[in-house]
Amino acid sequence: MKKDILMKELTDQEASIVLSVQNLTVLVNDSPLINNISFSIRGGEIFALVGESGSGKSLTSLAIMRLLPEALRVTSGTILLDQQDLFQMPEFQMQKVRGKQIAMIFQEPMTSLNPVMKVGEQVAEVLRVHLKLSGSNAKNKVISLFDEVGIPEAKTRYDWYPHQLSGGQKQRVMIAMALACEPDVLIADEPTTALDVTIQAQVLKLLKEIRDKRGLSILFITHDMAVVNEMADHVAVMKQGEIVEQAEKHEFFRNPQHPYTQKLLKDAIPSHSFKPEIDSKTLLQLTDLKVHFPIKKGLFQRTVGYVKAVDGVTLEIKKGQTLALVGESGSGKSTIGQAILKLVDSTSGSVCFSNIPKKGGEDQTENPLEQSIDLTHLTEKQMKPFRKKVQVIFQDPFSALNPRMTIDEIIREGMVSLHVGSGNKVDQDQRIEELLEQVGLLPEHKKRYPHEFSGGQRQRIGIARALAVEPELIICDEPTSALDVTVRAQVLSLLEDLQQKYQLSFLFITHDLSIIPAIAHQVAVMKEGKIVEQGSVEQVMHSPKHDYTKALLSSAPKIFSDFI
Amino acid sequence: MSFVWLWTDILVWTLVLVLIGAVRSIRRSEHVRKQWFHILKSPIAMSAAIILSVYLLFALLDSVHFQYTPSSTSSSSESSTVSVHDQGVLSLLDVILPHLRTQTERTYSAPFATHEYSSSLSYDESGSVFQVYRPLKFGGQHLTGKHSTLDDVMVKTAVPFLFSCVFIAIIFTIHLGWGFLQTRGNYIDYYENQPKPEDELPWGAAYLTLFLLVFLFSWFYYLSHFYHVLGTDKVGQDVLYQAIKSIRTGVLIGLLTTLVMLPLALILGISAGYFKGWVDDVIQYLYTTLNSIPGVLLIAAAVLMMQVIISNNSGWFGSTEERADLRLLFLIFILGLTSWTGLCRLLRAETLKISQVEYVTAAKSFGLSPFRIIQKHITPNLMHLVLIALVLDFSGLVLAEAVLSYVGVGVDPTTASWGNMINQARLEMAREPMVWWSLFSAFAFMFTLVLAANLFSDRVQTVLDPRRNN
Repeated sequence: MKKDILMKELTDQEASIVLSVQNLTVLVNDSPLINNISFSIRGGEIFALVGESGSGKSLTSLAIMRLLPEALRVTSGTILLDQQDLFQMPEFQMQKVRGKQIAMIFQEPMTSLNPVMKVGEQVAEVLRVHLKLSGSNAKNKVISLFDEVGIPEAKTRYDWYPHQLSGGQKQRVMIAMALACEPDVLIADEPTTALDVTIQAQVLKLLKEIRDKRGLSILFITHDMAVVNEMADHVAVMKQGEIVEQAEKHEFFRNPQHPYTQKLLKDAIPSHSFKPEIDSKTLLQLTDLKVHFPIKKGLFQRTVGYVKAVDGVTLEIKKGQTLALVGESGSGKSTIGQAILKLVDSTSGSVCFSNIPKKGGEDQTENPLEQSIDLTHLTEKQMKPFRKKVQVIFQDPFSALNPRMTIDEIIREGMVSLHVGSGNKVDQDQRIEELLEQVGLLPEHKKRYPHEFSGGQRQRIGIARALAVEPELIICDEPTSALDVTVRAQVLSLLEDLQQKYQLSFLFITHDLSIIPAIAHQVAVMKEGKIVEQGSVEQVMHSPKHDYTKALLSSAPKIFSDFI
Repeated sequence: MSFVWLWTDILVWTLVLVLIGAVRSIRRSEHVRKQWFHILKSPIAMSAAIILSVYLLFALLDSVHFQYTPSSTSSSSESSTVSVHDQGVLSLLDVILPHLRTQTERTYSAPFATHEYSSSLSYDESGSVFQVYRPLKFGGQHLTGKHSTLDDVMVKTAVPFLFSCVFIAIIFTIHLGWGFLQTRGNYIDYYENQPKPEDELPWGAAYLTLFLLVFLFSWFYYLSHFYHVLGTDKVGQDVLYQAIKSIRTGVLIGLLTTLVMLPLALILGISAGYFKGWVDDVIQYLYTTLNSIPGVLLIAAAVLMMQVIISNNSGWFGSTEERADLRLLFLIFILGLTSWTGLCRLLRAETLKISQVEYVTAAKSFGLSPFRIIQKHITPNLMHLVLIALVLDFSGLVLAEAVLSYVGVGVDPTTASWGNMINQARLEMAREPMVWWSLFSAFAFMFTLVLAANLFSDRVQTVLDPRRNN
């Protein structure tokens, strides 16, 4: 039924154009940030604006709202909303347009709501200002809006504060607020990027339902090709302030024209060839690992209960292989990584590291026997030999490097602390240059500071830092979730090359299901501190057993669904 | 002649060595050098920095003390009267300004006056008594009656004016020549390497400030040979001399207190933030307790206690200077011990934040000891906060000294300080006719210092505060 409406709209060439942007150019200091872009959105259409960070998508939306920062100037172009030129309007008239005709929802629901105001009041305020509704009328309207966006027990939730709602519910409140004045156009700026995959699916579904019900036009800004495929009727790809390709969705995915679009799609499509399972020795064995954080209350800090972050996890990581640990935020995946590194104390269970002698290494004479050591009971001093075997790569490339240290200082630190390689400074410099080249950077970069690099380059520096101590296991804590699609593909292939070259094992912590086939040999799915399912990638991805895994897989947006 | 090192002298010179070390490290790190360049790019900050360094120069000149033993070769009657004054401990500044110290009048005289401010009884040869304004011993005694004071001052202004012009010209030549030498004398290179206007420091403002300062002080210096430029006080001492001597007290309290406070705030703040748990509890308890006692009360109690100790043990001190110095040092310690809590709290919060950041986790996974992590990863990322706090605190401490001395729990009454001058002025303002120049001088000198410090700190904060950049 829904599909029929959609098809009808798409074929309807006479559909009225609601919002049209023509030849828009925005400058900062005479260099263009948006360069002569044009597109138009028809009534009831979802128009997706896709691009990597810095490509000017969000600026376009701000230009439509006339909310650009003062340093930026619109030098040419017109924006027509229902045949009215927005740039010709005086400010007081524009204020009526904002909220009433065009509404906006943002990426971060946590910061878009005022934390000291009841959520119902925040929505009601919009109604009072724009529609001049009085007290009880406004309240009733808000409750019906809350019902529409699927907030349960809307009457009670009206009096709640934002911190009492979950992330998905906050985003629903934002949507209710945007819909309050029945706008013609809704601008959604990465509305689901901060949400977990199951909640993302719910919010996307909600947006589609509202579109169908109200005939709303949505300008959907995103970087995620799979979300585009789920949502859009029409797609425009932005690169460095220009629209490089514009097409109807089916056409776009079937037959991309521009090389940049082709590359984006290629990088975004998960590989469907699973990695062969190799039987190798176990490197790390977690047995019934539990990490409980005490909740302390009262004057004497009495322990009144525990947060069971990790609750009885048994995992096995094999030499030279990758185990992907999947789960939503708060499921305890990162805590497992920290427990392996002994950055948090485990409550019970064991983390056994097998001391596999290196081939031809000096270790062979010292440790001729293969032995397994439980890391959880080691003191910091006893732990030191294992520190060089387990290293970590972080999610946020901007906070992972000390801004006051040069690149060579950052990489050298681990080598000096753990006595890896020669203690001679000249040899170390040579090793640092080697490492930089290995991760695809230049040796000249070593005297620079982190702020001079882009996100992807910083992530490479983080990898070089981990590699400097020649580890056997690297814990990758969401290493690609802050990166653009093309950069993500580069970093993943770098990790794979390194794995093959050095027989590294990875514990790959992620919430992004689409990259798993490309990197992992084994998958473990985690929920509320427990492993609900684990096995080979093929088995888990194709024939999931547990309900939660099934839910995860079905809610992840897919880039190639059967849309015909 | 032998050097006398007072405690505060030692401390202030240690601080100068630390500052030189800091400047060297600034030159090494490009990042920090850029930040300082950015700070000085504002003309106001540049002028403020120059004023501050002139104050610091006076304070340093006044911090080299020696025992002056009069040379036996002096035979004339005049030098023997001088040598009576020269007994005791003198500083380099006293030697530069000997006439200010020695040319004391009987009592009050107004700026540029030739006669005393109040009339006194006089007897003539016939024995009759009448009230006269007695002529001063030194001030304006070169006037022969042909010129009025104003004309004489105008004429005499020419000398310092010419001197400052020549002085600035010399500095400017050295400045140009140095830049020229950097390009190894290649004239074309020199012109091509001229930095663009936006990369240039505001030298115009710098030279203007320097010229004004040089002119003002050389004018004071030259005219003080003929007049009491800022008048004299109750016992006939030159007020200009007192105001200049007070610079040392003010600057020292501002600088050395931070020296006392900084290690406490850094060590306690970072330990509390990094180690958390019971360490945090103890430190937080300590500063909450200290903060809840009114500062003035604590300082007054400590100073009064020390006064008792000093008067009971007068044998400890070789001279009055040493006693006054110890009292100044003690005041500095008390101020330091009561003022670390604010910075400590700030550093604790920032450390809590930084220790959660991922590069610290990476360092932990490299097995670095907590001490190394604090040294390499946490402290460098706190330094901007420390610097902002220090520069902001400086002016507050200078003012605090004035307030405490006014209340009577500040520095020793024999120590020259703006606070003491203001304290004396309390009675002078009640006189009829009013004696205003003491208060005015103290106010003007202190105001310039505090204003310069505040303007400079404002700029430091604007540049270094990462939140303001966004």
